Amino acid sequence: MTVDALINWFATIGDFPVLAFILAVIISGIPLFLVMALNAMIAVYVERKVSAFMMDRVGPMGQGPGLHAGKWGLLQTAADAIKLLVKEDTVPESSDKFLFKMAPYIIFIGAFLGLAAVPFSSSLQVADFNVGVFYIIAVGSIGIIGIVMAGWASNNKWSLYGAMRSAAQIISYEIPAGLSIIVPIMMAGTLNLQELIVFQSGTIWGILPNWIIFNNPFSFIAFFTFFISAVAETNRTPFDIPEAESELVAGWMTEYSGFRWAVFFLSEYANMLVVSGLAVAAFLGGWQSPIPGLFNTGLWGLFWFMGKLGFLIFVMMWFRWTFPRLRVDQLMHVCWKVLIPITMINIFGVGIWKLIFG
Amino acid sequence: MGVVKGDQMVLNIGPQHPSTHGVLRLEVMTDGEIVSQIRPHLGYLHRCFEKHSENVTYEQVIPFTDRCDYLASMNSNFGYVVAMEELMEIKIPERVEYIRVIMGELNRIASHLLALGVYGLDIGAFTPFLYMLRDRERILDIFEYTCGARLLYNYMWVGGVSHDLPKDFETICIDFLDYFEPQIKEYNNLLSYNKIFVERTADVGVIPADVAVSYGVTGPNLRASGVKWDVRKDEPYSIYEKFDFDVPTGTAEFGTLGDCYDRYWVRMLEIEESVKILRQALKEVPSGDVHQALPKKIRPPIGSVYRRTESPRGDLGYYIVSDGTPVPSRVKMRSPAFTALSCLDEVSRGWMISDVIAILGSLDIVLGEIDR
Amino acid sequence: MKIAEIKATIINQFPDSVLESEDLAESQLELKADQWFEIATFMKEDPNLSFDQLECITGIDLGVEASLQSRYNFHSMEHRHKVEILITHDRNEPKVASIETIWRIGDWFERETYDMFGIVYEGHRDLRRILCPDDWEGWPLRKDYEGQELYHGIVIPKMKEEDGWE
Repeated sequence: MTVDALINWFATIGDFPVLAFILAVIISGIPLFLVMALNAMIAVYVERKVSAFMMDRVGPMGQGPGLHAGKWGLLQTAADAIKLLVKEDTVPESSDKFLFKMAPYIIFIGAFLGLAAVPFSSSLQVADFNVGVFYIIAVGSIGIIGIVMAGWASNNKWSLYGAMRSAAQIISYEIPAGLSIIVPIMMAGTLNLQELIVFQSGTIWGILPNWIIFNNPFSFIAFFTFFISAVAETNRTPFDIPEAESELVAGWMTEYSGFRWAVFFLSEYANMLVVSGLAVAAFLGGWQSPIPGLFNTGLWGLFWFMGKLGFLIFVMMWFRWTFPRLRVDQLMHVCWKVLIPITMINIFGVGIWKLIFG
Repeated sequence: MGVVKGDQMVLNIGPQHPSTHGVLRLEVMTDGEIVSQIRPHLGYLHRCFEKHSENVTYEQVIPFTDRCDYLASMNSNFGYVVAMEELMEIKIPERVEYIRVIMGELNRIASHLLALGVYGLDIGAFTPFLYMLRDRERILDIFEYTCGARLLYNYMWVGGVSHDLPKDFETICIDFLDYFEPQIKEYNNLLSYNKIFVERTADVGVIPADVAVSYGVTGPNLRASGVKWDVRKDEPYSIYEKFDFDVPTGTAEFGTLGDCYDRYWVRMLEIEESVKILRQALKEVPSGDVHQALPKKIRPPIGSVYRRTESPRGDLGYYIVSDGTPVPSRVKMRSPAFTALSCLDEVSRGWMISDVIAILGSLDIVLGEIDR
Repeated sequence: MKIAEIKATIINQFPDSVLESEDLAESQLELKADQWFEIATFMKEDPNLSFDQLECITGIDLGVEASLQSRYNFHSMEHRHKVEILITHDRNEPKVASIETIWRIGDWFERETYDMFGIVYEGHRDLRRILCPDDWEGWPLRKDYEGQELYHGIVIPKMKEEDGWE
């Protein structure tokens, strides 16, 4: 339910606009938080199983409920969550305690705010902004403040290294991400996510769905540049130099343990969800069905959206277990010297295409 | 302590660190991300091997040699017994020679697989590590079938070996080799030709040939710099002269000669050469009694010997001084990883911290051998 | 080159540094410590010898009352020949010139021999212990080495002759 719908409903009961607004926000925030938590639990399990099968292993397994990890290891994530919650809460002696404690929540806020605008289906969206795309891109940069705070407050050279690298990386990759997302905006003429999805209804040549990715070669490339920048935004391999395990122990997260680390983890998976959600909405037709005309009503929208989202998240995990990681200067090189020129050419190309072909 | 510039930061890599291949502390002086000097601090794994070997008999030194280079125990044993047999001038039966070569080459493959897998892990590629370890497990199963141990064998004794080859050993080995050879293509597809891996390792950490020889770098590291030196061919021991195999050297595949990629690639090629040697050896193992030449009591004549053999890490040398008693007077192990690590400082000046990890991984060190 | 010729070349160039002894093996040559740096430079740079690889430096303790020795094993990549040089040191004040500027691996090998035997290599840029901690006392591989009792408050166990570890 969007916040707007709730406010309208409250207006029919009585006239308390401020309270109605606050109640509407809280009521729609709770399912969002549940989505985040559920996403983290499922994503962690899927990641472990996917990585295991790619590495010719089996991953967490169990025989049944009870003390084991559940059938096929399903209870493993629950066990991990409980473990993280009961761990000792250590704050290093020489760290900046206030910043150290605030940092996880800042990152969490960034991911949470981004989730508010993801269109899960035609009616399931917390807030339907008129500037949805712009909002998500803008709010996604809040996380970097948390990362730098975490690295600095840990008072640890390794964390500092990780935080500096992460800051450079995320800020740099915002640019190709933003430039790539301009392509669907140019074609649809709107920043509103629901309108962007509705624009992609119909077919091309009668068979292919009219998704922006299939529309013209420039938007095809734009999808890939957006996806690569999105992977870099979320600090996933091959761009995980800030948390490079084999070099910096755990980078900017080194000093965090227990529940604070769980919050970081939660935010990382929520970030993956947000950028994949934006990619699906902008390029892959959102909650539209891939078979034009069929299975297009009601809850099918949610099904298609989650399916495409799941596929993109799977591809992100696939990248992680296949590619080695790029060095910091190579990362910057890819961003500034490769992706940005390509995205700029894309924008010109789409503009000219639209001019010629309408 | 040297002159420290104002902007320099001192960073400690280790002693507890996921990538230092053991307990090693590297004190890195950096200017931002660029390294200006590295001082390695060793000795965390020093277990007084050389002092111990002056208090036990010659046979009892062999388990100690296992534990020095624990990833290539067969080759560590091999070096010691070859040196001892030269000192005592024992002639050993042919079957023992063949068995030793087979075990040595199998261990070479296992050690290189681990070195390459862990190198991929350092660069960030998690999956090749597991694939290579899966195949290494099969080699360790073969070793367990032969002598009961998976990692530290105490297998090669002065004058023979501890256990004869069990039933169907040749068939099991050939089955393994038939399974294993196509896997090398899989590793190459996944890691060796991957563009990101090549970018991380090509042109990084070049060791020119004369610097390498001066620093005593040997083995695959030296061969990657273009110097064709292999103790099995140039100072042959055991029956290596009977086998037909190449000595791969670096070819500057993707970058300069002697960079990290060449060191990685030479090890990959050496795995294939070891498979060749194994196939030739397994065809013609003669029969005989492996315990026939074991001396009743090891009392070498007074004198000293220095003999080196080719371990997967380089020239493993043993300097043994005997004073006529059953207890050695001095056993010194010249470990190849020790000399390889000594060139880390000079090679990594001007590179970034990520490159230091890449260079350290490409040198393939084992701290047990460095610290003894 | 054959080992006899190698020895002859060195002996001809530096006749008063060579010590004759009966119990040397064929490949060994014993030298006095005084001109060691010049001899080492000659061994590396003479085109007939061209020993460019220092394989190993071993420290030897010849006995509780006797002297210490440094044994150097050299190898030439170009000519594929080897030689072994022995240099004897007085037990109470063992020192010899350092050759770490000629062969860079001499740096760490000499540090290790210093650490274990106490042989001082003069001219070494940074002679400190390499395997033992920097503030360790004593020279462990000497035959008369008695370990220290405590190290920073940690008791170091000693092995008793009859009943093993205490």
